[in-house]
Parts: sequence; C-alpha cells; structure tokens
Amino acid sequence: MTRLITRRSVIAAGAAAGTLTTLPISMVRLAFGGTREDFSFTYISDAHIQQIKGASFVRNWDMGLKRAVAEANLITPEADFVMFGGDLAQLGKKEELDHGGEMLSHLKSKFHCVMGEHDYYFDLGDYWSKLYGPQWYSFDHKGVHFVVLNSILTTDEWTFHRWPTAEQRMLEMAGLDNPNGSPFMVGDKQRAWLKDDLDKVSKDTPLIVFSHSPLQKIYKGWNFWTDDAEQVQALLQPFKNVSVIYGHVHQIQYNQIGNISFNAVMATAWPWPYPDTYSQAGAHVPVLTVPMNRADPFFERDATGWQMIDVNSGRVTARYQLWDNQERVVGYDPKLGKPVDKKYQEAIIRKAPQQHY
Amino acid sequence: MRRYLIALVLGAALLSPATRADEFTTTDVDRWQGEFDSVAKKGRELWTSGAVGTNGVACAQCHPNAANTHPETYPKFQKQLGKVAQLFEMVNWCIKNPLQGTALPADDPKMTAFIAYIHKERKGVAIDAGRH
Repeated sequence: MTRLITRRSVIAAGAAAGTLTTLPISMVRLAFGGTREDFSFTYISDAHIQQIKGASFVRNWDMGLKRAVAEANLITPEADFVMFGGDLAQLGKKEELDHGGEMLSHLKSKFHCVMGEHDYYFDLGDYWSKLYGPQWYSFDHKGVHFVVLNSILTTDEWTFHRWPTAEQRMLEMAGLDNPNGSPFMVGDKQRAWLKDDLDKVSKDTPLIVFSHSPLQKIYKGWNFWTDDAEQVQALLQPFKNVSVIYGHVHQIQYNQIGNISFNAVMATAWPWPYPDTYSQAGAHVPVLTVPMNRADPFFERDATGWQMIDVNSGRVTARYQLWDNQERVVGYDPKLGKPVDKKYQEAIIRKAPQQHY
Repeated sequence: MRRYLIALVLGAALLSPATRADEFTTTDVDRWQGEFDSVAKKGRELWTSGAVGTNGVACAQCHPNAANTHPETYPKFQKQLGKVAQLFEMVNWCIKNPLQGTALPADDPKMTAFIAYIHKERKGVAIDAGRH
C-alpha cells in the first residue's frame, strides 16, 4: 500500500467510509460559533537523521523524512503550517541538524519545530536554537492558542554534573531503554512561563500543546514519560478544549485525562514496540488506545509515516498516513468526550488490529 | 503406571533440593548462571552499540529491551525468506539490512551473545515455535 495521498482523497475516503460516529463535521463547525474557522496542519516527527561519517548518513532514516516532506508538499489545499515534533537528529550533531534541516527547508508551508532529546543533549540545544529559535513559545492561529514546550529537560545534576563529555551525555540519553538515562521534565521555569502565558488566554479558547515526550506517564523504563506531567496537566485542565500532541513514542497512542485529549504521532524513521510487549516490565498503554498493527521488518517504511491534523471546533483529528499500512483516523468525539478511532472503536464493536505479544 | 509417575514427580517436587539425588551443587549452578549472564551482558552491549553494523545503527534503536523479537516463535516460516528460519537468521537479516553489516556465522560468539540477550529479555514466555 504505497500510494501518494492528497488531503482531498483522504477526506473523500473518510466520507465514503460513512457512519461509525464519523465526527459530524457540519455540527462541529457550528460549534465554532462563527468567529473561528476550521483548518488543518501537517505533523512530521522523529526523523532521527544519523551521521555515519563525513557526508554519509543512514539512508533508511533519510528516506523517511524525504518522503514525508515530499508528500506534505503535495497536499491540496495546502495545510496552514507544518509542525516538526522533535528528534530531527540522532545524536544532536550539527551535521545531523544541518542535513535534516536542509530536507525540512523544502517544505512549502510555514514551519514550527519542537525540541527532542536527540536534538538537545549534545550541546543542550544550542545549535538547534540557532536554526529554529526559542525552545518554548506560543502563537495564535485562527482562534486557537498553540503552545510549544521543551518537555525533554531533566535534573541539573544529570545534565551538568554526571557525564565527563557531551558526547557521552548524548549517548546515554539516546538509548531509549538505557537505565542510565533520566526522566524527562518540563521543569519549574518553563511551567512558570506556561502559567503566565495561559493566564492571558480565555478558558473558552481552544488550546493545543505540542511537546516531544508525552505529557502523561505511560512507561518510565522507555521514558514514555514526563516526570512533572501532573503539574503541567493542572495548568491545562481549566481550559474547555485542550489537546496535547506529542512525538517520541513512534507509534499511535491516544488518551483522555479530564479535559485534555492526547494524540501521539508517528516517526518517519522507525516504529517502536508498544511497552506492554516487553514481557519483563508489566507496562501498559492507555486503555483508550487501539494499537496500530505490528511492524513488518521486511518493509522498511512499515509503521512509520506522518500526520494531517484537522482542527474542528478547536479539537484535534489526527489522520495518520501510514506508508505500508491502512491509514488511521483518530478524532475527538464530542458525544463521548474523548478521542476515538473512526474505524477501530470501543472494544465490543472494535475491529481489532493485529495482535501484539 | 502413568498415575504412579505423576505422583512420583509431584512427590519429588515437594522435597527440598537438598534431598534430591545427584543435584547440581550451588557452586556449579552459580558458575553456569554467571557464564550465561556474562554472555547475555556482552549481547546487551552489542545490541546497544551498533558494533556489528557499518552505519552506527544499533539493534536497540528498533528493539528496546529486545522487544518485538519474539525468540519463542522460532524456528518459523518467514515468507520473505521463503523458508522456515531460525532466530539467528533473522538476527543476520537485521545485521545485513538496517545495520548494513555482514552476516555472522551461527556459532560466532557474537551471535551466541545476541541470542542469549534476546532470550534473557524474553524469559518466562512459553515456547511457541512457528507462531506468527
């Protein structure tokens, strides 16, 4: 299943797919109250551009990002902007950020970027910031307040005092399952900034927050985790419509905690197993999440891809473009008050994905 | 006869190890376990280092804690390989493809280390050869 997808073809396919609590677009539009308009943006994440040496880079990861950029540029009508969800580089090297940045520079739309731990722990985000500016900020677009966070910070002790070299610090944090790593956090300083920023925004304004790590606690052993997630969530809960979109986990996940909807996005580089398949850990994924199919290693781009995000009524519908698998559409259902997959639904009526074990 | 055997086995299981005939000594068992653990540890180092490839990609990049390797299902038919394959053949497939390296002989100490590490991370999962 490798075909180019246009936004039009996806919407047509969605309409043809029909009933099954298809998010009633017209109704949702009404809920906007006329002052805002529906729009969409593109989400590409976790490219992990990896230098071998000199001008030579890992071909496999290059191809994922190139393909996502090429397809995102083919969407008609054009998306309002493109988000990159972090981990542009594998080991935070200038060469990797430059090589990946060059590919991203071909995107036609306006561009925003989130910091990932693979971009950060070599030079603590110095070169990344030269390319992409501040590590946390907010902006407004068509009546929606957007916040970009750097959620992959950790303790000063781990960051500044534990490792003899910047290279080793980067390598220790780059290993997903490395017990020498450290839990991610947004941190006091940034949470104070977030509180200030959100104090100026009406609680009726739809809020969409971008982070690299999940702003919820899923599995600490692989850092599918943000240590101060509850404190960040407390700042977001007063808003009526809040969505958090995160990368890092390289798989479809979604969840609802109070007013906050969570959507993870795919990587362009490689997929990760769901934490509950690690038999020694007893880890779990959010019960709302219907997993994607297992990745087939023989298809290089299987279980990788990118997303189109529709924003209707200030709520997120994520359209997962999976290159060697069926597309998935996960959107907020206002009646159920949580994100649902438009095809794979509640357990009793669910068409189950391939079994993970 | 069968019932008698089951009773015998159950009876034996209830006895303390000290009373079993010809049981391995703790010294032996500890040494053998240590040998296994040191090979599995070497496997973990190779798994996370990318040393068996040429492009710096490590097995752990796609398989944290060796998850999604399913050692308990081998040998099994792999349609892309066109035959029933052993675990070491899949490890070699990954070494050749995502890691852009050269396949290891089945009895290469590095391969043994990989297999030991993969099985260690999957300890306790029932053998289910051929499963997909």
